[in-house]
Amino acid sequence: MTFLGWLTIFLFAVILTALALPLGHYLAAVYTGERTFMDRVVGVPERFLYRVLRVDPDRGQDWKAYARSVIIFSLAGWLFLYFVLRTQTLWDFTGLNPQHFHSAPWNVTFNTTSSFLTNTNWQYYGGETTMTYFSQMAGLAVQNFLSAGVGIVVAVALVRGIISRSGKSLGNFWHDIVRTILYVLLPLSIVYALILVFQGSIQNFSSYLTVHGITGLTQQIGMGPVASQEAIKLLGTNGGGFFNVNSAHPFENPTGFTNFLEMISVLIIPASLVFMYGRMTGNRRQGYAIYSAMMIMFLGAVIVAYIAEAHGSPAQHAAGLHTAGVGNLEGKEQRFGTAGSALFDVVTTVTSCGAVNSALESFTGIGGAVPFANLSASEVIFGGVGTGLYSILLYVLLAVFLGGLMVGRTPEYLGKKIEAREIKLVSLGILITPLAALFCTALATASKAGRASIDTAVAHGPQGFSETFYAYLSQANNNGSAFAGYTGFVQPNAGNLGSHGITFANLLGGFDMIFARYAPILFALAVAGSLAGKRISPAGLGTMRTDNPTFVVLLIGVIVLVGALTFFPALLLGPIVQGLTGHLY
Amino acid sequence: MRSLQAIRRDLVTAAIGILVLTLLLGVVYPLFITGVSQVAFPGNANGQRVYVGGKLVGSKIIGQNFGDVVVNKKTGKVEMTAGNPVTAPDPRYFQTRPSGTTPADNAAGSSFANYGPNSIVTEQAIAANIATYIQLNGHYYPGGLTAAKVPVDAADTSASGIDPDISPANAAIQAYRIAAVRHLPLSEVHKLIDTYTHGRGLGFSGEPGVNVLQLNLALNRASGALR
Repeated sequence: MTFLGWLTIFLFAVILTALALPLGHYLAAVYTGERTFMDRVVGVPERFLYRVLRVDPDRGQDWKAYARSVIIFSLAGWLFLYFVLRTQTLWDFTGLNPQHFHSAPWNVTFNTTSSFLTNTNWQYYGGETTMTYFSQMAGLAVQNFLSAGVGIVVAVALVRGIISRSGKSLGNFWHDIVRTILYVLLPLSIVYALILVFQGSIQNFSSYLTVHGITGLTQQIGMGPVASQEAIKLLGTNGGGFFNVNSAHPFENPTGFTNFLEMISVLIIPASLVFMYGRMTGNRRQGYAIYSAMMIMFLGAVIVAYIAEAHGSPAQHAAGLHTAGVGNLEGKEQRFGTAGSALFDVVTTVTSCGAVNSALESFTGIGGAVPFANLSASEVIFGGVGTGLYSILLYVLLAVFLGGLMVGRTPEYLGKKIEAREIKLVSLGILITPLAALFCTALATASKAGRASIDTAVAHGPQGFSETFYAYLSQANNNGSAFAGYTGFVQPNAGNLGSHGITFANLLGGFDMIFARYAPILFALAVAGSLAGKRISPAGLGTMRTDNPTFVVLLIGVIVLVGALTFFPALLLGPIVQGLTGHLY
Repeated sequence: MRSLQAIRRDLVTAAIGILVLTLLLGVVYPLFITGVSQVAFPGNANGQRVYVGGKLVGSKIIGQNFGDVVVNKKTGKVEMTAGNPVTAPDPRYFQTRPSGTTPADNAAGSSFANYGPNSIVTEQAIAANIATYIQLNGHYYPGGLTAAKVPVDAADTSASGIDPDISPANAAIQAYRIAAVRHLPLSEVHKLIDTYTHGRGLGFSGEPGVNVLQLNLALNRASGALR
């Protein structure tokens, strides 16, 4: 551990908060239809888009209509992406396939398509050995925008349901998604992508370079339109790398500065949405309370991960390495160091981002247990763009309910009575993701077809279980980071020739992602619809406050309790065992 | 009937929406970024290519294998493993970090090594890296090298497999070898190391690193290409 390491973590929290406050203000303006400075820039294309889409942006939708639009839009996106990925060579006329890649097998494409639609970006393929530039930019990167947009608008709809004073309308899906793209995601991505190129990311359509090194060896170097995709990959908490090693690749993440910026960019929208929520409720303290709960859990995770990684691993010590002052650099880049890698690791797993700048599988037992724990908290510590807000709001309602039970009053949230129907929907919304994760892990561990994905060359003993569990937990939480030895796609010679997919892993993972994405969305929208029609009663003396430290503690307690009760037994079998022993397997 | 109509209307909107937004986000946006980057930052956008005498010798920010192919003394043929030549470190050049790709430092097929923290395989891999490092540098290092003195970045595999940097401590140890093999004063090697050492991002983020490709090219300029 170093002073600068701790300073990085401290400054990260401060700068993130300082940037998220104004952006939250801006987001509130965007979603309540207030005028912003961007109106002048994108007002015309916005109105043009409504005309092309043939929608009336002011036509309100109740929760069922809103949900219908979400599902149909996602279905159309799924079919289109599957088509683009399966017909890679069909687009050769664009000149965007200089390496002559063929499409991946159908089962891998099924997994990849489901993965990008659900904002997961789980990758059973290696970007630079599988995907054409066309697939990357016109296929995958488009869903990086759209899946992020869908997450955000669902959160906005839930907020509208909570605060609405009359009527059943949650807003208009098409209106919201267009505004999300034009006012938020696209302008931020443009600025950000150019900063990345300025720092050393690449952006070209060249074929791969062949280098003749000074000792006479040749090296191939992958190229591509990287920066434009990298920007939205992080801003949209997508996480699917252009290259196989994701943000560890120097072309995706060239410097210590970009590493810091990338971490900020992952959390900036999820953090801003919380402040937006406070503003939209008319009581900013509601936002501050939720933000505090998130930040406390986030910092807890970072501290544990950094200490663990700075300590080093049993394998390092057994080999005789002296790790003091440096820590576990196995699977980490020199320019990021242990602190920059541990922090990135937590940033990417508390959100549904899943981009990595280091090999999670090579983290120490406890350092690796932190991402597990983050995923077990169901992506509510900031969480994905939108998904984080709507997920934690479900937990807020649960906490309000439990608080109400403790004091023996009908639970109320922001003046609205929380009744049996809401609590049933909330419970289902919260429990469905762990259910999917554990069910799939059990199926994959218990079956021979499932165990075929384990990397037997390096993953012995508990590591094999960790790999499997992490795979289905990550996919269920729409995270996409991996203990990357686990595979669903066999590419001999790291190439396209003779490759084949592992059908079991691809299908199970694909369904895992789809189910755990859309079921919670439907429950969140149903909760919104159920709350939207309710009368707001003025707060009385006995009303439990939800904007003070007591509630923050209660909220954290509920999140930790639900996560621990659900996942502790499974966690014991993998990362915790590894963290508690110096034994080598 | 009404809901059926609504579904049909949504289907049409969704289909148009996917196409129009693909055009905007998947074609116009990346082309725009490419255009601006190629004009404003052409060097970076094309991968910071380094040429020596008109020949492309690498990318500034992509790590390379500064090794030589191993020739079997009996058969006179280059030794191969899984279709790739076996290499040994070239003592005249600073060596980059261990790589998990196949072949080492493959920048067209990056991959993690995925060595677990409690794995015997990991311990063996690290021990092998330590042995290689000591074999290469131990002879030149005053007082000799032990495992405990080997810098962590020289024994642990990098994440990308193409890490362009090594730690300053790692470079300082290799400097003794370089100075001896190349008959350069140690102080001059240190000066070159300093020139190609970058600091932390913003002064605090990440770790300092020594860019190995640039350093090796500078060495060639200082003491002749030796080849």
